[in-house]
Amino acid sequence: MNAPLHLWLIPLLPFAGFLLNGILGGRLPRPLVTAIGLLAPLGAFAVALNPARSLVGLGSGLPPLPYAETLPHPWISAGSLHVDFSIVLDQLSLVMLLVVTGVGFLIHLYSAGYMHGDAGYARYFSYLNLFLFFMTTLVLAGNILLMFVGWEGVGLASYLLIGFWYQKTSAADAGKKAFIVNRIGDFGFLIGIFLLLGNFGTLTFSEIAGKLAAQPAWTGGILTAICLCLLVGATGKSAQLPLYVWLPDAMEGPTPVSALIHAATMVTAGVYMIARLHFLFDRSPYALSIVAIVGAATAFFAATMGLMQNDIKRVLAYSTISQLGYMFLACGVAAYSAAIFHLMTHAFFKALLFLAAGSVIHAMGGEQDMRKMGGLRTKLPVTFWTMTAAVFAIGGFFPFAGFFSKDAILYAAFLQGANGKILWFVGLVTALITAIYMFRLWYMTFFGEMRSHDAHPHESPASMLIPLVILGALSVCGGWIGIERIGDYLAPATGALREQPAGSHLELWLSILAVLIAAEGWLIADKYYRRKPQRPAQLAASVPGLYNLIANKYYVDEIYSALFVRPLLAFSKYVLGWIVDIGILGGAAWLLGGTATFAGAILQRWQSGNLRSYAAWLALGAAAVLIFALILAGHAPGHAALLFTHFDGARN
Amino acid sequence: MYAQNVPLSWYLLLSAALFCLGIVGFLIKRNLITVFMSIELMLNAVNLSFVAFAHQWHMVKGQIFVFFVMMVAAAEAAVGLAIIIAVFRARSTLAVDRIDLMKL
Repeated sequence: MNAPLHLWLIPLLPFAGFLLNGILGGRLPRPLVTAIGLLAPLGAFAVALNPARSLVGLGSGLPPLPYAETLPHPWISAGSLHVDFSIVLDQLSLVMLLVVTGVGFLIHLYSAGYMHGDAGYARYFSYLNLFLFFMTTLVLAGNILLMFVGWEGVGLASYLLIGFWYQKTSAADAGKKAFIVNRIGDFGFLIGIFLLLGNFGTLTFSEIAGKLAAQPAWTGGILTAICLCLLVGATGKSAQLPLYVWLPDAMEGPTPVSALIHAATMVTAGVYMIARLHFLFDRSPYALSIVAIVGAATAFFAATMGLMQNDIKRVLAYSTISQLGYMFLACGVAAYSAAIFHLMTHAFFKALLFLAAGSVIHAMGGEQDMRKMGGLRTKLPVTFWTMTAAVFAIGGFFPFAGFFSKDAILYAAFLQGANGKILWFVGLVTALITAIYMFRLWYMTFFGEMRSHDAHPHESPASMLIPLVILGALSVCGGWIGIERIGDYLAPATGALREQPAGSHLELWLSILAVLIAAEGWLIADKYYRRKPQRPAQLAASVPGLYNLIANKYYVDEIYSALFVRPLLAFSKYVLGWIVDIGILGGAAWLLGGTATFAGAILQRWQSGNLRSYAAWLALGAAAVLIFALILAGHAPGHAALLFTHFDGARN
Repeated sequence: MYAQNVPLSWYLLLSAALFCLGIVGFLIKRNLITVFMSIELMLNAVNLSFVAFAHQWHMVKGQIFVFFVMMVAAAEAAVGLAIIIAVFRARSTLAVDRIDLMKL
């Protein structure tokens, strides 16, 4: 008999933390708030570690995967629709769960140091725990509706945390932008859910997979429509073209939030969703190629935008979008386990990059502009060395984590026929640009001379450095598990990877090429940002058109503003605001109120207080009743007779 | 009986005339006591028509009503005069136009 895993504890522990800190947090002493905030994710991580023993071959006594826990009472039961509160653990959700709770705990720990002096300390931790509650719900959901609840919930947590410093207009605006852009994606997701329900009659993942397996010839058609709708949802949540615009602005939130939500976990939800529904996407080659194209295009364009940013967090934001593009590319060539592998290593090194950037910002007293940094290598040694590990990891250098996962994705794309070669090439160019902008950040921050004179950089406290060191170690070793092993492990949940033709050294040559490309990127950055720092300005002056295009991020925000935002605002202001609200609704209310006031003003004069006027009205009224009765008697004697019944009776 | 010679309509006309006099007095007189007397006049006009009908139809009910009205009028006279005295003490006037406090 296998012991139950008590998976329900994983979402509920952070939820308890959210309630405790959210309701009582303001009255609790700060160490207790910290303890509650940290123990909730740690407990969830511990519960998730128990089934993770199977990863390292100590799985005796564990129930076989997939393992499900369902509440006995149904959630929705209406007609043929039946939805349960069911959570399912399989290889895919287990890997994701470890990343979410593990990295999540480290970032909670870091936050304890980073947010130390903030007035909203308890509020911050309650939001962070709320995020973990929804994220683990999303990951563990056994049907797409429960997943949608988590999906919306993480959007809410993201909104709350982006706008955490709500006194700042830019932060409040960024929160709104993230929420609204996500709503567009969620609309697509919702349509996808409806289509799934209409065509399969169920929302449970395993039942959908079973119905598809029973009809092996069913491809394309409505399945493509469903996949494309779900893809719209995924592009919103995972910040892909064309809905990526919210993520750079989301950097207004506290830096640990950027690390946890807008780099390591929440934004990967779209990738996770596609991998979770891979049986659906596998049946629609058209939708898959769209996924791959969206991914490759996003990877490339976001990387070029990252080249010109001067805000250290925005560089990382565009880098996140670009790396998510890689994951979509992997999903698009049906290499789901490579996507999850990259998701995992990306969570390590991108969380590290953000946390290290946070440490730098902390040291610089809130300064985020890289042009004012420089020479921090000796002042922040721990931050420097951990950041270096992350930079090499994202650059794709052997043997750092990013090398293995990025390599797996590029190789999977290369095997995908002629179109795959194009995708592979775009990926390779993106790798070059990635190396350039990451080393640019590295050089501008840590090398050269300090360019700000009023800053006194100091190394961060231990609670911030410990997560940096752990994530640094993971950024170095996280990829050593290898795509073969993780691919084999994930195969029951995400399908097997395409096999390499036997005896071929193709993968080796491609890897060498990728590393050479990354090294080239390093050399370029070294030349432009260390040896000849005046060169970038000269280069910009020689091609002003291209420079302006990229420096202004292809004017996408401006185009969206002109195409959608401003027409909508104008419509809201003039048609809805002036005509409908003020004109029709306000006019009706004003008319009703005005009539009553006007009538009241007239009737008020009746009550003069003058005895004789009262008497006159009384007399007039009596006369009117009398006249009325007499007229009535003339027209309908029967009715009038009622008035005089008494006298008629008296006549006898 | 002499009353047999007088038709009912004469009594009613007299009653109506007295009632109208009461109304007119009530409306145009300024002195509170005159107004009060006008009310008494209207009450007695009604009494007259009660009695006239009672006599015409040989029914005693009308007579009983008259007793009720007279009793109420007596009570009213007692209370009303008391109020008038109180008003006069408070405001030193009995002009109806100047006693206009009967509004919110």
